[in-house]
Amino acid sequence: MSEKRVVITGLGVLSPIGNTPNEAWQNAVAGKSGIGRLSVIDPEPFTSQVAGEVRNFDAEEYLGAKEVRRNDRYTQFAIVAARKAWEDSGFTGVNMDPERIGVIIGSGVGGLQTYEEQHTIALERGPRRISSLFVPMMISNMAAGQVAIDINAKGPNFATVTACASSTHAIAAAVDAIRLGRADAMIAGGSEAPLTLMSVGGFCSMKALCTTFNDQPEKASRPFDKDRAGFVIAEGAAILVLEELEHALKRGANIIAEITGVGMSCDAHHITAPAPGGEGCARSMIMAMKDAGITPEQVNYINAHGTSTQLNDINETEAIRTALGEHADKVMVSSTKSVHGHMLGATGSMEIMLTAMALKEGIVPPTATHEEPGEGCDLDYVPGKARKAAIEHALSNSLGFGGHNVTIALSRYKGDS
Amino acid sequence: MSLENRISEIIVSRLNVKPEEVTPTANLKDDLGADSLDMVDLMMDLEDEFNLKISDEEGNNLQTVGAVVEFLNSKGIEA
Repeated sequence: MSEKRVVITGLGVLSPIGNTPNEAWQNAVAGKSGIGRLSVIDPEPFTSQVAGEVRNFDAEEYLGAKEVRRNDRYTQFAIVAARKAWEDSGFTGVNMDPERIGVIIGSGVGGLQTYEEQHTIALERGPRRISSLFVPMMISNMAAGQVAIDINAKGPNFATVTACASSTHAIAAAVDAIRLGRADAMIAGGSEAPLTLMSVGGFCSMKALCTTFNDQPEKASRPFDKDRAGFVIAEGAAILVLEELEHALKRGANIIAEITGVGMSCDAHHITAPAPGGEGCARSMIMAMKDAGITPEQVNYINAHGTSTQLNDINETEAIRTALGEHADKVMVSSTKSVHGHMLGATGSMEIMLTAMALKEGIVPPTATHEEPGEGCDLDYVPGKARKAAIEHALSNSLGFGGHNVTIALSRYKGDS
Repeated sequence: MSLENRISEIIVSRLNVKPEEVTPTANLKDDLGADSLDMVDLMMDLEDEFNLKISDEEGNNLQTVGAVVEFLNSKGIEA
């Protein structure tokens, strides 16, 4: 089977560091934090009081009052980010075949806010007062469904649910769909709106969130740093348009980067803790490099999962050493979660977007908050400042509770290679 | 507030339509854009506001704003 090539031709985002790809990119490169005091809900009851919130976003401006009422915040994010990505891809107005356009959007949980609101109503007033919109608003596949309605995309359509790897699995599945010839273009990524009582409270109970920087929110997410103390919960959506190369060339699309490989694995070890030595993550990276047809020595940059938790950062560091061997000492590794926080089911596509822009611009965004490496964290984490570098190949890792590991290999797109 | 105004407020809020669109002959689905899910929630709103129960059968017959007014009148609600 002659394999089809997959390129990225559109980006759309709503995130703590900006609501356009360029704004997010500029902030990621400048190391400008989007983390602040939790304000979407009252922060006082929680041990962790910092968050990455989507700002300056008026859903009604895009969707109108009725659709806002009928969609959970996570779906609102997805529809708007997808619309922006679609416009960015230049497909708008193009004579396209809707049946050849698919949508895959991941979310860790889906409409949690809706669930909580309606659960309260059910407890207080009985089950007969549960809204008829409760189920469609809550389910974690509705973002994919609503985006399809919004864009009239009638091709393959589903959701991926793998916690913090959800949107990376969405991208991986979209690459597969294009390679297998099921679609010419796929709108793929993730969306999450987790700033709710149960979600923030639940992650606090797991001791997963950072509680030691409540008075300095912009420093709270510090991947690979010795003072790292948990991740910073964040919301948003990042949606990409992936397209079969020949299809993109034929319509003169702007190509941002190429996705050349996919790797995935499971730890089969523990519900939340990574496998010792990050062995699952290492296998995922090795699989992605093999799929991309590149050697470890060709990898210039890794956008790490780098959550800023004790366990992730040390195990991912070990995984990178296992997967890249001696070349691990030469590769640049950064976690942009340092500025946008952990957008959970949307974080993977956010990071793939930034990795694609890094390849295009020849700039590696920094681990902005990284000051002093933690024990066992001994790679080049591009601390503090962005770096100019002609990078050809990059990997982006995502790891999710449940032991899910996914790696996407991206390469700089060179005109007529 | 008149019965018509109370009903109108509920419909405006539930269906996100303009008050002037809520005329007696306006069809809730065809003219005011309600789908089957909106209709269920609208019936709940009416039950809450007027403190009564609307059976599925009764609800299915409430196709227009005027029909809602007549139905509530038949239940002894005048204002």
